[in-house]
Amino acid sequence: MARRRVVITGIGVVSALGRDAREFWQALVEGRPGIGPITLIDMSPMRFQNGAQARSFNPAEHFQQKEMDFLDRFAQFAVVAAREAVRDSGIEWTSELRERSAIVTGSCVGGKSSEDEGFQNLYLLHKPRVNPLTIARTMANAGASCISMETGICGPTYTISTACSSANHALGQAFWMVRDGMVELAVTGGSEAPFSLGHLKAWEAMRVVAPDTCRPFSKDRRGMILGEGGAMLVLEPLEAAQARGARIHAEIVGFGMSSDAHHLTQPSVEGPARAIRAALADGGLAPEQIGYINAHGTATLANDPTEVAAIRAALGAHAERLAISSTKSMHGHALGAAGAIEGVATALALREGVLPPTANFTTPDPLCDLDVVPNQARRGEVECALSNSFAFGGLNAVLAFRRWEG
Amino acid sequence: MSDDLIQRIITCIADSQKIPREKVTLDSSFEELGIDSLDGVNILFALENEFNINIPDEGVQGIRGVRQMVEALDKLLSGGADAGAVAQS
Repeated sequence: MARRRVVITGIGVVSALGRDAREFWQALVEGRPGIGPITLIDMSPMRFQNGAQARSFNPAEHFQQKEMDFLDRFAQFAVVAAREAVRDSGIEWTSELRERSAIVTGSCVGGKSSEDEGFQNLYLLHKPRVNPLTIARTMANAGASCISMETGICGPTYTISTACSSANHALGQAFWMVRDGMVELAVTGGSEAPFSLGHLKAWEAMRVVAPDTCRPFSKDRRGMILGEGGAMLVLEPLEAAQARGARIHAEIVGFGMSSDAHHLTQPSVEGPARAIRAALADGGLAPEQIGYINAHGTATLANDPTEVAAIRAALGAHAERLAISSTKSMHGHALGAAGAIEGVATALALREGVLPPTANFTTPDPLCDLDVVPNQARRGEVECALSNSFAFGGLNAVLAFRRWEG
Repeated sequence: MSDDLIQRIITCIADSQKIPREKVTLDSSFEELGIDSLDGVNILFALENEFNINIPDEGVQGIRGVRQMVEALDKLLSGGADAGAVAQS
């Protein structure tokens, strides 16, 4: 089957920036970070205190008590974001469409809070048993499975776990399945709820989390800020979307992956550069068509200059003429949900003709001297944009989006 | 800084990195010992356990050799809370 054009017809987001996509975008254009003290757990044993917590998320607004018992917070984010995306798409289900639809989600750590609770009961409180729902709440595919049960989608449904690239890998796979005719629709994205003490302690030990806030590309950056949330997108072939008169947010045109084959945590230039080149080649794009990159931009000492070097290596002289920004400066690093949240930011940037800023920026770093859209959003009607995700373990995934001119 | 402190730190580095103790000297750089940034956080973890302290991130990110590590630890251990080290309760 010939390749089909793939468009985004539905978007849903739960994040530190608000309850839905509208609040998320509003915060992004205002350059307003959702970073502050983590209140979900007792943080007194922790050296760092801040995170991007989804403070306005109230599960009781979305689920019955019994449903909540079955769903870890990360799966709740997945379901609520998927509900918004499906509602936004206006899709009308038929049994045939449900069979020909896919769900591909990303999650790096799964139901950590549920796991932690079980371990506390076992090791700390010396209880003889743990909650029988622990396995079902903890499994990384819980979000995908619950979206399937809610929507009735019964085609290919699975979850990808590649650390910080999970959601970009998920979106990319879903994009390819729709493009190549394997399915007629996909609900895809990622969700993450990493604020459990056991998991945060592991990040503390790695010494990559900032004590204050997230300052990507700024000389005084001190590390990442962890975030939580979920984002889902509905992908359809262009023809089907047009036939039913759907609103099109943006088009996905290319996807590229690579592995550094280098080191578990140290970033490389060449691996990410190859993923960027692969995404351009997959979409048949020239570097000159890219006007904006939603960067991986974690604000660790190592990532940011390496990413800037990778962008230069892949795009050549054109790198000096485009804008990049890291919206992690506002919604934090949501790990396995990052690519989905940032994919939504990228699609909305194209749709609205506004480039979201890199917030909390104070001081230029000569090693990161591209146009990073410091602190203030900017009008910018660009044709195409990239969204980068580079994971621990050296696994890179880059998506290419195009503005929908319809 | 005392010889005892130097030897404890060198032992900690050698043991955690699985390198012969005689290869590690006060003047060894991490680069020549093949120690990268991820190894570095493992060494800090080993030192926290050895000395029963919390080592804050500040002041240790730029450490590139054994002497620098000994000096930083010496400062933390002698300065107590003022220098950022917090004894574990």
